[in-house]
Amino acid sequence: MSQADLSIHGQVSRTSATEIMTAPAFSVPAKKMAMWLFIIADTATFAGCLFAYGFTRNATPNWPRPFDSITNVAVMTAVLLTSSLTMLIAVRSAENGDKAKAFRFTMITAVFGIIFAILHLREWMELVGKGVTLFHNPWGTPLFGSMFFSITGLHLLHVTGGVIALIAVGLRYQVGRYNADDLEITGLYWHFVDLVWMFVVPLVYLLNLSH
Amino acid sequence: MTTAETHKNGGMTKDLIVYVCILALAGIQFVIAYQDISASQMFVRMLSVAVIEAALALLFFMDLAKNRGLLWFFVIFTVFVLLAMQYGWTDSFRLTDGVPWAK
Repeated sequence: MSQADLSIHGQVSRTSATEIMTAPAFSVPAKKMAMWLFIIADTATFAGCLFAYGFTRNATPNWPRPFDSITNVAVMTAVLLTSSLTMLIAVRSAENGDKAKAFRFTMITAVFGIIFAILHLREWMELVGKGVTLFHNPWGTPLFGSMFFSITGLHLLHVTGGVIALIAVGLRYQVGRYNADDLEITGLYWHFVDLVWMFVVPLVYLLNLSH
Repeated sequence: MTTAETHKNGGMTKDLIVYVCILALAGIQFVIAYQDISASQMFVRMLSVAVIEAALALLFFMDLAKNRGLLWFFVIFTVFVLLAMQYGWTDSFRLTDGVPWAK
């Protein structure tokens, strides 16, 4: 093998190593990967909260079951699930280059998010009206109020952040500062918020339904 | 209709089917809530349905089905964290079964 061949091979192997080191993990762009890492971390946060709730509920005698009706939470669930569909339509439209439709459906998703937040606040106000606060609960253990408001509050905070992100990213996508990838990354966050709700509803609401 | 349009519509049809399935599963959770069963049975059933809902959302809404590597990365990390949290249950049951007011 000549010196020239060796140097060519050396060049090739160095290039391959560089490519391997700089290639995006799982063929996912860095921004999207960052969102996935955030989602994994946030999953652990919510799992920790729900575990703490489960522990407390299990270990507390006479845990209250204050929810008489499921209508409000059913509507909230339907709104949030539908918002995931509209977000999906926005992302698919952006991928297909239909900018106007993508923007329209991003804003529809944000509106669904706002409706969800309003329904959530209305429910909170009803409970506060019955005397439930972070440190007080008329039906027994004050831990119920602290657990309920902490978990649903953390979720509501995520929804609020998501709505702001949807509007900001949607507007910047509309004027061409952001692209379809940015919309997809925001969509990932929104689906995650929806996914968390799928666990909050049965554990926090439905298991505390008065029969 | 062009091939691209057919593909586009086919994709949305799949998304709609997944959405309807998730909505139906959410409905099943509400039905379970009104069943005359113990809290532990109710918990297991609702959690099982929630896991299926979450799996559908992850695979099809968040497109993890298209990226096996990322799917395993997510599943392994999440399942590890969830399993690592289970150490506290024995203490939780001790509080209900091992204290004077439990008898």
